[in-house]
Amino acid sequence: MHPKRKQRLIVALVIVVLSSVTIALITYALRGNINLFYSPSEVAAGKAPIDRQIRVGGMVVEGSVRRASDRLETRFNVTDFVHSVTVTYDGILPDLFAEGEGVVATGKLGANGVVTASEVLAKHDENYMPPEVAEALEKANAQGSMQ
Amino acid sequence: MWRIIHQFGSPPWVYRFCDKVIPWLMPITIGALLVGSVWGLLFAPTDYKQGDSYRIIYIHVPAAVVALAGYYVMALAGLVSLVWRVKLADTAMRAAAPIGAAYTAIALITGAIWGKPTWGAWWVWDARITSMLILFFLYVGVIALFEAYENKTVAARACAILSLVGTVNIPIIYKSVDWWYSLHQPASIKFTGSSAIDASMLYPLLGMIITFYALFALLMMLNLKQSLTEEYAQSAWLNKRLAA
Repeated sequence: MHPKRKQRLIVALVIVVLSSVTIALITYALRGNINLFYSPSEVAAGKAPIDRQIRVGGMVVEGSVRRASDRLETRFNVTDFVHSVTVTYDGILPDLFAEGEGVVATGKLGANGVVTASEVLAKHDENYMPPEVAEALEKANAQGSMQ
Repeated sequence: MWRIIHQFGSPPWVYRFCDKVIPWLMPITIGALLVGSVWGLLFAPTDYKQGDSYRIIYIHVPAAVVALAGYYVMALAGLVSLVWRVKLADTAMRAAAPIGAAYTAIALITGAIWGKPTWGAWWVWDARITSMLILFFLYVGVIALFEAYENKTVAARACAILSLVGTVNIPIIYKSVDWWYSLHQPASIKFTGSSAIDASMLYPLLGMIITFYALFALLMMLNLKQSLTEEYAQSAWLNKRLAA
């Protein structure tokens, strides 16, 4: 290779490597802020600030959803299968909200450990399948657990 | 092998190559877009959880995949222009930028439309979506930076450096859903192991991804031809070709 081109190639590669290292260090330093939400374990460990706008994400615990009879208010537990956090929300929930599904709740964590949410978003997983396949899978699972 | 690579640096050869490929690539791409859309939007089964709203995946994912790949095309052209000073590489870099910006915009807009019914929000500042927005700004930045300079050789060099620096963002976008907690779900199509998307939905999706790649190539060639016609308007080879 021509020495001049070689030098330019090295300069170009140095630019790419240096900028990658810079960005890697910045994102590493800010990793806590890049996470969209706190997990229930982090909340339990006291990592989430109290009385400030935060997000908590995890699975809605099966059987934990309680709806008020006279208001829209809903109370449910969010878990990461280690710890769980109680969330209350007074508003319309997204269509995909259900027990056993993922959610991300934005709100304030009270001193009593309950999050009063101002917004609840549904977090769905990466699985896509036709309803018949989902039914067949469920049936197979049910049979498997009976035996 | 070097001969083939050198041919790609020759404007008359590339112009002729585009002229040869476009007439059959265009009908194939348009046909595949129609077949893929109809297959995905009408014939693919509904999703067990999202119902019909998931069908936007057939536009959203192909646009996003090719937006990322297109950036590497632009950055590679930038590298060639920077190191080997091939003028055609500048033209290719500039040709890729608006196409990539359009793909990124489509991915962001369809993502917002999909997010509203499924997540409950048009926009969330999570790592995937924010890094995708940065990709859009990088593409637009390359276009704007080129226009900002009077001297086009300097402009091309600045654009090449910007596109090279921006390559940092591509692995970040790709891995963002695994590295951080995000609202966006992880990838459904996996290169190793079985995909998290049923085969009956996966095949039209793969078809659409290939079609979007073909569309990128087609738009790139049309763009290149247009730029070459402007750049070499005074050249004998072009006038001879246009007269024929």
